[in-house]
Amino acid sequence: MIKNWKDLPWRLIITIALVALSILALVPPAQRIRLGLDLKGGSHIVLECIDTPEAPLDEDSVKRVVEIVRNRIDQLGVSEPIILRQGERRVLVQLPGETDPQRAVEIIGKTALLEFKDETGKTLLTGATLKNAQVQYDRFGRPTVSISFNKEGADLFAKATTANVGKPIGIYLDGKIISNPVVQEPILKGDAQITGRFTLDEAQNLAILLRAGALPVKVEVIEQRSVGPSLGKDSIRFGIRAAIIGLILVFIFMLLYYGWMGLLADIALVCYALFTFALLAVLQATLTLPGIGAFILSVGMAVDANVLIFERIKEEYRSGKTWRAAIQAGFDKAFKTILDSNITTLIAAALLFFVGTGSIKGFGVTLSLGIICSMFTGIWVTRALVDLLVQKPTFKS
Amino acid sequence: MEFIRNTHIDFIGFRKVAYTISIVFTILAIIGFIRGLNYGVDFAGGTIIQYKFTKAITAEELRAVLTQFNLQNSVFQRFADDEIAIRTIKLNDAQKNDLEKALKDKFGEVKIIRIEDVGPTVGGELRRTAFIALIIAVIGILIYVSIRFEFRPAVTSIIAMAHDGIIVLGLITLFGREFNTSVLAALLTILGYSINDSIVIMDRIREKLSLHKRMNFKDLINTSLNETLSRTVNTVLTTLLPVLSLVFFGGKMTQDFAITMLIGLLIGTYSSIFIAASFFYDWEVKKPLRR
Repeated sequence: MIKNWKDLPWRLIITIALVALSILALVPPAQRIRLGLDLKGGSHIVLECIDTPEAPLDEDSVKRVVEIVRNRIDQLGVSEPIILRQGERRVLVQLPGETDPQRAVEIIGKTALLEFKDETGKTLLTGATLKNAQVQYDRFGRPTVSISFNKEGADLFAKATTANVGKPIGIYLDGKIISNPVVQEPILKGDAQITGRFTLDEAQNLAILLRAGALPVKVEVIEQRSVGPSLGKDSIRFGIRAAIIGLILVFIFMLLYYGWMGLLADIALVCYALFTFALLAVLQATLTLPGIGAFILSVGMAVDANVLIFERIKEEYRSGKTWRAAIQAGFDKAFKTILDSNITTLIAAALLFFVGTGSIKGFGVTLSLGIICSMFTGIWVTRALVDLLVQKPTFKS
Repeated sequence: MEFIRNTHIDFIGFRKVAYTISIVFTILAIIGFIRGLNYGVDFAGGTIIQYKFTKAITAEELRAVLTQFNLQNSVFQRFADDEIAIRTIKLNDAQKNDLEKALKDKFGEVKIIRIEDVGPTVGGELRRTAFIALIIAVIGILIYVSIRFEFRPAVTSIIAMAHDGIIVLGLITLFGREFNTSVLAALLTILGYSINDSIVIMDRIREKLSLHKRMNFKDLINTSLNETLSRTVNTVLTTLLPVLSLVFFGGKMTQDFAITMLIGLLIGTYSSIFIAASFFYDWEVKKPLRR
């Protein structure tokens, strides 16, 4: 009977409080759990800046690449993009959502150096002097890109067109000719129209590229991983299905094998699932598809602690101890084994978090959190529940 | 309900058979390694494109289109009647666009729902990182086990762990399955898990050794194994059930991970029961340390 503070079932009270906090941390789940690109859909693109004789690489050029890539992505209208410099010459771009990955790569990876050249191939001026670029339609309804130069560009362009009346001026993008109009009369106002044989998409891409500016160096897409939102949703659905079926199987097994103690382990298992996801939410860790795999795997590991304890209790009971004494001994003796066996798995899991990339990092995080939670629920929460049913043994007698 | 109670299986007597089985598997694994690991796109570089068509497409139809691009050696992975992923050598943007156009011409509307494109440098880096991770994991586990346990139980547990790692990776390779980052994750988890099973058994042997100094050594180890058998089998079953659920209900994307885990769990359990303790036994009999 509860007579003073010490007799209060502290473990149980704390467990219930933690369950309540976890539920608070998890509602609504769709907003609280941060999903990786493999689950919510999106693109992960790594660019590498290339050192060429024409455009040697330096610290400043990499910085400008990051800036220009950011400009271009802003133009694409992607929400919450991540653009980071990685190491010396790499730029990581993460685009969540439905962005067409092909288009994104095309826009990000193009140098977009616009050049105007005369008949002899001499460069008259470049896109660096552009002020604006817009898609417009010509009188046949074909999409064109109209550009306007800044003051310096307008002067150069006026000079160039004056000198080349009646002759063609080639418009080159990244060394490839896209249009070769013949100059009818000098253009002095600094406006021009590029009429390639564009589709609307191509014209829009070109306008974006010209507005954002050319990259100072050549870049190469060295890694790209894109997952469509529909595939991501499928992965979530399959993952949830496998997790629920796995949980139910373990539930039934524990109940059949260990009876009422198994039921307690099952309750602890529910706490485990709740705590793990709550921790993911609170730490703002990213849940990836391998992370879901890690969660499902650690369901088995979570009841592992209970199996160890229950088996030990049975043995102690068989060796002639009373139930209470057997329970006490079971928890005490199994504790060290549980710790040992989890630490080795934790070493492997933590390592994946530190050296892993992308979605595998998510595996490491979820497995590490899962192992920590499972030790807590397997030992501590189960103890709270067992104590509730079997009154705490007193050692005075 | 209880499956296992008061068993008296002579595990140690079975050890010669177990060694033979393990040697056979290890040889198979080595054959797998000699033939070479079948690196996935992550580690080898290359391109995976997953297409969703509007109707069912056969592999032959798809291969016919790929042949036009000299990509007939690509590997297919079917996700549904109308959904196939192809793995090719690394394609550039123009090639990807041309391929998409050709597929659209032949099969109507085509949607790309996944692209994985890894350049050779990144592939090489990821491969290096993977092996560093494996080595660090093994060193980490070695350090922990050597601090925590006596020399011989530690060494035998680690031999069992190495046995598991080699056989799992070897079998994966022999079955022609890819070695990719998911398989690496499973492999590292298996190493941790394998050690854990052996440790429980070794712990019990150690406990028995200090309690029953006069007991026949063979009986002592057999009793320890039998006493922990229920625990060993149960913990494997409880881990196996979710993994099986992942194999059968988790979809194609987690298949590599799930199947590696499944093989690893089975081999890990076998080695903990049959290999680790037997090794320890033989060692002690040949060069007794016991007082």
